[in-house]
Amino acid sequence: MFKKILLASDGSEYAVRATEKAIEVAKCNPETTIHVVYVAGDSKGDVLQNWNTLGAQEKRKEKISPSVEKIEAANVKYEVKYLHGEPGPAIVKHANDNDFDLVVVGSRGRNRLQELVLGSVSHKVAKRACCAVMIIK
Amino acid sequence: MNTVKEQWFGNIRGDILSGIVVALALIPEAIAFSIIAGVDPMVGLYASFLIPVVIAFVGGRPGMISAATGAMALLMIDLVARHGLEYLLAATILTGVLQILVGLFKLARYMKFIPRSVMVGFVNALAILIFEAQIPHLFGQGWLVLALAAATLAIIYLFPYITTIIPSTLIAIVALTAYTMFSGTSVFTVGDMGTLTQTLPVFLLPQVPIAYETLAIIFPYAISLTIVGILESLLTATIVDDMTDTDSNKNRESSGQGVANIVAGCFGGMAGCAMIGQSVINVKSGGRGRLSTLVAGIVLILLIMVLGNIVVQIPMAALAGVMTMVSISTFDWNSLRTLFIVPATDSIVMVVTVATVVITHDLSKGVFAGILLSAIFFVSKISKVTIESKLDDRKKKRTYFITGQLFFASVTEPIAEFDFKEDLDEVVLDFTHAHIWDDSAVAAMEKIITKFEENGTGVDVTGLNEASTLLVNKLRHKLSSH
Repeated sequence: MFKKILLASDGSEYAVRATEKAIEVAKCNPETTIHVVYVAGDSKGDVLQNWNTLGAQEKRKEKISPSVEKIEAANVKYEVKYLHGEPGPAIVKHANDNDFDLVVVGSRGRNRLQELVLGSVSHKVAKRACCAVMIIK
Repeated sequence: MNTVKEQWFGNIRGDILSGIVVALALIPEAIAFSIIAGVDPMVGLYASFLIPVVIAFVGGRPGMISAATGAMALLMIDLVARHGLEYLLAATILTGVLQILVGLFKLARYMKFIPRSVMVGFVNALAILIFEAQIPHLFGQGWLVLALAAATLAIIYLFPYITTIIPSTLIAIVALTAYTMFSGTSVFTVGDMGTLTQTLPVFLLPQVPIAYETLAIIFPYAISLTIVGILESLLTATIVDDMTDTDSNKNRESSGQGVANIVAGCFGGMAGCAMIGQSVINVKSGGRGRLSTLVAGIVLILLIMVLGNIVVQIPMAALAGVMTMVSISTFDWNSLRTLFIVPATDSIVMVVTVATVVITHDLSKGVFAGILLSAIFFVSKISKVTIESKLDDRKKKRTYFITGQLFFASVTEPIAEFDFKEDLDEVVLDFTHAHIWDDSAVAAMEKIITKFEENGTGVDVTGLNEASTLLVNKLRHKLSSH
């Protein structure tokens, strides 16, 4: 049923739980691909901390590695995509532009303070994505 | 974004819209940076018109915004105060020439010699200096000025919750200007800081004597401007690279900055460079191509020509509020959080860089101090050489295992570890885990060998790697005259 799954990951424990559920769904159909998406919100900070785009990219790879490792271990097809901008809108745009069947997100992310001020990413995605959305608690 | 056509017309609608947004965001800063430098607002506005228009054609990073900046303005304060505007324009042209050379000789790659902690120190120091320059406009003028500045900040930070289409800094400036104009309160305005002419810039070489004395005055400033301009431009280019997942030509960008500065200097604008804040605004507003940079510059000058007599009414308190925001967003707050997590030497380098800049008011001196200190820390870290030794069964042969990097800083201490007086037939120096880097290391090696031989002990050297062997063969016996 769900052939193209977008998994939003930021390396948090919620994201890891979301990964497990995404794998369960993906296993129903061998043709399913999970697209692991990480949103880099702070290019300036990342570049400053690492000096160059290569180092910044390396850090991001580390962030999603818990998700990627789990998917690899489960033998499910996957792709990795890095987006830039604010997490919520970036995920929504990517999901809607690329005809995903399902978006899987954790109910919370890494940054509680940001959530208080800006609202939660999962809420935004659930509201604005045009496809099915699965929020993992 | 590979072909010229794509770089210009690959994203017309996004580029034009974002260019307009950037132009609106540039105006308050161009005026504020002129006031920091101590020149008429027009000097910064001309720079923020000319630099983006020129860099749109000659730059190496499409979609990046360059204009009059705080980092550059801070370097000009002394020059303007002592010698005046004409010398600033001359220094701007010289900066351009030096930056073209940086691009021609492909010096951009040496940027990697600037450690991360120095870069963080650089932006933090920049933030502190920008705020410091606002203090006279904020304090000591009664509560009204402070209230206006606070209102500016409130609008800047809260308005984005309503809409982000129009830059909130512009909304703040318009609101505050309207308030002071119609309520008739008398506060300092941009008009009090200098005149604003509603004309296009004209070509006029700086009126300075062509003499060695002129060069002696402007050269030190031009060097600082060159370094800081290239540094901030390439840092910004890297950030834009990262945000857009594309690559850019850093050497072309260096030369491009030079050409833009020469043009600015010839038309009465001050030196500038790429701006992190505005470039981020541009990319986030959808700007990707060269067109966005061009539009930003053109729209800015059109607005000034049309709205010049309103611009002079902008209260200084509102500008100081905008600059406070620029300072807050420039500062790398993350570095405070990680201050005690990262290695102590990195934190020290960062703090020393900031302190040097705050004391000398010269960003390039801070960068030099930071690089120097990092180099010293690195050398002391890498100069740890360990020596272990093993005596064979007959107690007549000792093998020394030398581990580490052998160079000028690391060779003096290990010598004390050898016991030259020991009664042995032979010693073996095992360099399997060592690397010999320079003549000091070869000389030290010779010294050790000679000392053993003087005591009648034979010396056998093993395990030298290829590079070390080559160096030793080249230098051995040629240094004995020392």
